[in-house]
Amino acid sequence: MADTVIEARGLTKIYGNHRAVDAIDFSIRRGEIFGLLGPNGAGKTTTILMMLGLTETSGGSVDVLGFDPVRQPLEVKRRVGYLPDAVGFYDHLTARENLRYTARLLGLPRREAETRIAEAMESVKLADVLDRRVATFSRGMRQRLGIAEIVMKKAEVAILDEPTSGLDPHSTFELLEMIRGLKRAGVAVLLSSHLLDRVQSVCDRVALFSKGRIALMGTVVELANQVLGAGHPILVEAAGGDIAGILRGIEGVRSVVPEGEGAWRVVADRDVRAAVAHRIVTVGGALTRLADLQPSLEEVYTRYFEGARRAA
Amino acid sequence: MGSRAPLAVRRQGSPFTGIGPVFMKELADHLSSVRMLVLTLFVIAFGAFPVASSLQTLRTVVDPNSFLFLRIFTLEPEQVGISFVAALNFVIPLMAIGLGFDSVNSEFNRRTLSRVLSQPIYRDALLLGKFLAGLATFAVALVALWLMVFGAGLLLLGVPPRGVEVARGLGFLVVAIAYGGVWLAISMLFSVVFRSTATSALCALGLWLFFFLLWPQLASAIVSGVAPGEIRSLEDYAALQDLAMGLMRLSPGTLFSEAVLGLLSPETRTLGPMLPAQMRGAIMGAPLPFDQSLLLIWPQITGLIAGMIVVFAAAYVVFQREEVRA
Ligand SMILES: Nc1ncnc2c1ncn2[C@@H]1O[C@H](COP(=O)(O)OP(=O)(O)O)[C@@H](O)[C@H]1O
Ligand SMILES: [Mg+2]
Repeated sequence: MADTVIEARGLTKIYGNHRAVDAIDFSIRRGEIFGLLGPNGAGKTTTILMMLGLTETSGGSVDVLGFDPVRQPLEVKRRVGYLPDAVGFYDHLTARENLRYTARLLGLPRREAETRIAEAMESVKLADVLDRRVATFSRGMRQRLGIAEIVMKKAEVAILDEPTSGLDPHSTFELLEMIRGLKRAGVAVLLSSHLLDRVQSVCDRVALFSKGRIALMGTVVELANQVLGAGHPILVEAAGGDIAGILRGIEGVRSVVPEGEGAWRVVADRDVRAAVAHRIVTVGGALTRLADLQPSLEEVYTRYFEGARRAA
Repeated sequence: MGSRAPLAVRRQGSPFTGIGPVFMKELADHLSSVRMLVLTLFVIAFGAFPVASSLQTLRTVVDPNSFLFLRIFTLEPEQVGISFVAALNFVIPLMAIGLGFDSVNSEFNRRTLSRVLSQPIYRDALLLGKFLAGLATFAVALVALWLMVFGAGLLLLGVPPRGVEVARGLGFLVVAIAYGGVWLAISMLFSVVFRSTATSALCALGLWLFFFLLWPQLASAIVSGVAPGEIRSLEDYAALQDLAMGLMRLSPGTLFSEAVLGLLSPETRTLGPMLPAQMRGAIMGAPLPFDQSLLLIWPQITGLIAGMIVVFAAAYVVFQREEVRA
């Protein structure tokens, strides 16, 4: 189990008589990006705080890099970087001074701290505002400064709570790129989000949260197969002849569903895009669009709970 | 609620890990803040008038054995109607409240708390570091003030202070810092309890007004409430006086003024069972040696320090149980 960095078993948090986190199990491996996804109030932040020893657990256990956050919070916090939801910095200090304070709390020698700060700020593209007061920073810059703090810390695990919330699409894209950068540097990343589709592209595995429980866990494709049915969905837009018939005739195709005028949603056992293109062109049809449909987590989530409700 | 930090579970690592950086940062913040400047000006504005008037009066005193320098602090000039220490009694709580009322809740509001606490430190270190930094800031301001008063005395009176005056003056500094510490702990307690800095400031100031304006009245009302219809013996009278004194001593300001009286007016031989207002007239006789005076005010000093520790401990317990998320 050398490559497991976080392991939760029956982790539970009870507020009054409300089970905010209800006996969840999961494990996170070194070098992966794990998404803790679910709507607001599902228990994501509570789970994160328990992993950092910042809130007491009501039951179960969690192991972070071999340490118990309840008994050994300092060991955990030395090795884990945390970017809280809507992170804040000291506005009256510059970015450098803010990071210096963290470096001192970490007990880094001064010389080393200065190099690490410069490198970290470089890696999040904030090197040019190193000596600007954080008061002047935008939301996106603050999030990046938070990532820089984690980079500077040389954390083995990064825990990011709602890292993209409140960001415009461009900043979101940049931030997700930086999160991939963390992964490339060998950091295990756990991120939480209520915007499923926004972050699904970076997550190697996800856990879908609902009311304190993990409803589904696995890769996005696995979950899609499980909930939306196995298969590889593609979208075909074409004209000329009986396109639907042609599509049905292709080996491996399981279903063809019209999606409006001249468009079909095709689900096959494997990627059949090459065969589709070939056949349509052979019969003299005009192929205008052939798209690989990413399974949407949002859809997975909605479908799953619709199903669960119907079953109940 | 369920959000308690695991006090019962044995934690590993020193609770004081990281206290140094917290202390240094808070101290730097305080010393460079506009608020600190305002507070200092405030104290100077309050103190300058009584000190200047006292010096005016004392220039005419020629007795080399009188405690000239101490009387700068205690003299109640007619034009001003308030001595320097009485002004300090009133202003020190304000300074301390100014330094502490937003110390923890501002970290919540700036959303820095969870980020800082995710570094390898315990909450203990954060709270204690903040408290010590506030106390150090306060001490710096007070020492500066003290030096100014002694310096002014040196210049205007033309004689150096005697050794015993310096010693008593230093004792006064310690008492004043402990008094400030009590109010700093009180204001920090409010900053832990209330998320809103305005509420916290309001409550601390409310308590301050309560102790200065209402408590004396309330204490005497309680005393007359429990007093028997007629006082038959000296014992009855003494018991009532003791009660009155005990009630008054619940106010940190009373402890401060008694301790200061013992230190700066060496003739003081007893601190009870009279109310502080009655004490001024009771000063008579030869001055006590310094160690005797210290012995006299020892309960007041320990009372102030114990009060500071108790209130800080309360803040600590509340803080341990608080949720870190904003
Ligand atoms: N201090 C608290 N006291 C009581 N209930 C709380 C507290 N903090 C969070 N909760 C509840 O716990 C549940 C999970 O909250 P949270 O972990 O913040 O969800 P998420 O991060 O997924 O949005 C919510 O129902 C919330 O109301
Ligand atoms: Mg949350």
